[in-house]
Amino acid sequence: MNRQKGKGRYGNTAVYTLLVLLSAFWVFPFLYLVMQSFRGEPGVTTDYFFPKVWTVRNYVELWTDTQFFNFRKWYLNTLLVSLAVAVIQSAVVLSTSYALSRLRFKMRRPLMNLILLLGMFPGFMSMTAVYFVLKELALTQSLVGLVIVYTAGSAMQYYISKGFFDTLPKSLDEAARIDGANRHTVFFKIILPLAKPIIVYTVLVAFTMPWGEYMYSSLLMLGNSDKFNVALGLQQMITRENSYRYFTRFCAGAVCVSLPNAILFFLLQRYYVEGVTGGAVK
Amino acid sequence: MQTEIKKAGSGVLRGAGKLVDALRTGDFRTRLSFLIMGFGLFTRRQFARGFLLLLCQIAFLLYFAFAGLSNLSRLTTLGSVASKEVYDEALGIFVYKYFDNSLLILLYSVLTILFALVFVYLWYKGVLAARAAQAVEESGKRLKSAKEDLRALLDEEYHKTLLALPVLGLTVFTVLPILFMVLIAFTNFDVAHKPPKELFTWVGWENFKALLSGTAIAGGSKFAHTFKEVLLWNIVWAVSATLSNYFLGMLLAIAINKKGIRFKKFWRSVFVTTIAVPQFVSLMLLSKMLADTGVVNRLLLGAGLLSKAIPFLSDGNLARVTVILVNLWVGVPYTVLICTGILMNIPADLYEAARIDGAGPIVAYFKITLPYMLHITTPYLISQFIANFNNFNVIFLLTGGDPLVLDYAFAGRTDLLITWLYKLTFNESNYKIAAVISIFVFLVVGTVSLIVYNLTNAVKNEEEFG
Repeated sequence: MNRQKGKGRYGNTAVYTLLVLLSAFWVFPFLYLVMQSFRGEPGVTTDYFFPKVWTVRNYVELWTDTQFFNFRKWYLNTLLVSLAVAVIQSAVVLSTSYALSRLRFKMRRPLMNLILLLGMFPGFMSMTAVYFVLKELALTQSLVGLVIVYTAGSAMQYYISKGFFDTLPKSLDEAARIDGANRHTVFFKIILPLAKPIIVYTVLVAFTMPWGEYMYSSLLMLGNSDKFNVALGLQQMITRENSYRYFTRFCAGAVCVSLPNAILFFLLQRYYVEGVTGGAVK
Repeated sequence: MQTEIKKAGSGVLRGAGKLVDALRTGDFRTRLSFLIMGFGLFTRRQFARGFLLLLCQIAFLLYFAFAGLSNLSRLTTLGSVASKEVYDEALGIFVYKYFDNSLLILLYSVLTILFALVFVYLWYKGVLAARAAQAVEESGKRLKSAKEDLRALLDEEYHKTLLALPVLGLTVFTVLPILFMVLIAFTNFDVAHKPPKELFTWVGWENFKALLSGTAIAGGSKFAHTFKEVLLWNIVWAVSATLSNYFLGMLLAIAINKKGIRFKKFWRSVFVTTIAVPQFVSLMLLSKMLADTGVVNRLLLGAGLLSKAIPFLSDGNLARVTVILVNLWVGVPYTVLICTGILMNIPADLYEAARIDGAGPIVAYFKITLPYMLHITTPYLISQFIANFNNFNVIFLLTGGDPLVLDYAFAGRTDLLITWLYKLTFNESNYKIAAVISIFVFLVVGTVSLIVYNLTNAVKNEEEFG
């Protein structure tokens, strides 16, 4: 008994060491990012971790000095796009997954197989063709075009919310239908109110996606810095020519981009975990 | 797959049978519906449905006459004259004018074929609806009004309402582009054949041969060698990235979940921070931090732990290790989240029983935890494998595929197929090879998923919840 206890304590010490070590690894880059965003000295790298000159100039210039890097505009662009994507993508994902989960129709299986098949093609193999389609619709160099590209394939992300809808008992629908509700009413009045976790998850994922998206915005907005999103814009600050002067400003920008995402994420973490966990095991 | 084709074939036969039947037993209004869509419906007072069908027919025929046909007729050659100087009477000078654009010809041809398929389907449905309407009328019953049709769209036909927009988006921005790119793989669309200035045309399997057996092709002769090397690394990367993530994530989750460990929520939050910060931020930052003169090297050098900077990202082999490690840093928090939830679901009495039987923690892990986790998370592992196989962000934002290799065709040591094809498209305008690579990626990913899906029956079990 005594031996057992001693062994447990010994094991816990090992586990704590592991956790502390790994936590340091995980947190170090973020701590570094925040430190650098307050650094007054120029240059990409210093030989020390904590800045010698502390300043908020990087943040002030980030938002006010728009001569080369119009961060304000990029931030607004990204915010607008992500709001639109959050609304449209959630609507598409939820209606697709509801239809595939709770309705029965002839094309259901074929449609699910088609989506499975389409998912096996590399996502942006279609990049070139999508670009030309948008060009024909005169939607390149426009935020509307970007929203369309982000949301057009949303139906393919139905898996997680379908998994959730699958777990809701069928008797809910049946009871409501006996009371004379049609399927539309069942969806809006019965199922959606029960699906709060998965709705929050879907909106959260859709809203955060445009903040880090690089590929399509670089394709669509090529050379038009007025239409950049934050990922594309911030990258301009750390190119070989700019990084010496603007690296600290990049860090400030990165903090400003991460902050709303991080806050949202921590507030809604519970839903996110439920969504990811449910999606992984289904 | 074969059964699917057989099913589709018999479906078409059955459909044709129904059409013949409608032609034989239909009255003149049903028969005229073969020519004028919706005729049998709007002459039976089903105005909304009937005229909608007629409108579709007119729209399609107009499209076909003015855009579809001219493009489709040039599909075999993809155009004959790209551009030439023509005499402008009004200006009195020669001006440069564009004519055939192979790209648009191909794009519109694919679109026309898609439209035609939809049209044929609507036509078929329309004829059957006309026959059905006739039958209802003959039996003396009342036909549905437009209002009832609309109401059906919220009830028994509700899937049509819900899926109309998603399927439209999928068709235009996923199906059409994929079909288009598959066709591009059989053309010589590259920097020397770039519309609107130049035409491109069909070349059969030439691009595939160049990539597989190294036959010479415009744009370089190193493609076969590069393809082999990049594919090999891509597979190594996908397997090691997926497995390392999975096992380290699981280990961490077990550690946090271990009885007697305090501040569980705190530890979890620390690791989950990584998810809250957009990936591009952390990856761009890490690429700077791990550079030869980056902060990691400078701190280590300053502390006297190193005498020479570690080339984390600039040495070929080390860069490959680094990207796998950084991918761990990016991906493990997700695994921790997922595993934590599942680990708590493992019945505690299993462990209790194992302990009584004298099994230590390691045996318990291999006999209980691991089999349980593998059983539950196989679908997750597949999707992770696919995501890693095509992990654009980690490679592109961290190393950009570098360090470059001289005997590769426009690729570097850490390039995956996906970043390679991005470079080929963006920097080299080598669309034809990029298209062929895409098809190979599809084949690899498709084969792996099919095998695993068949092994786990994950798909078949889906109905159990229904």
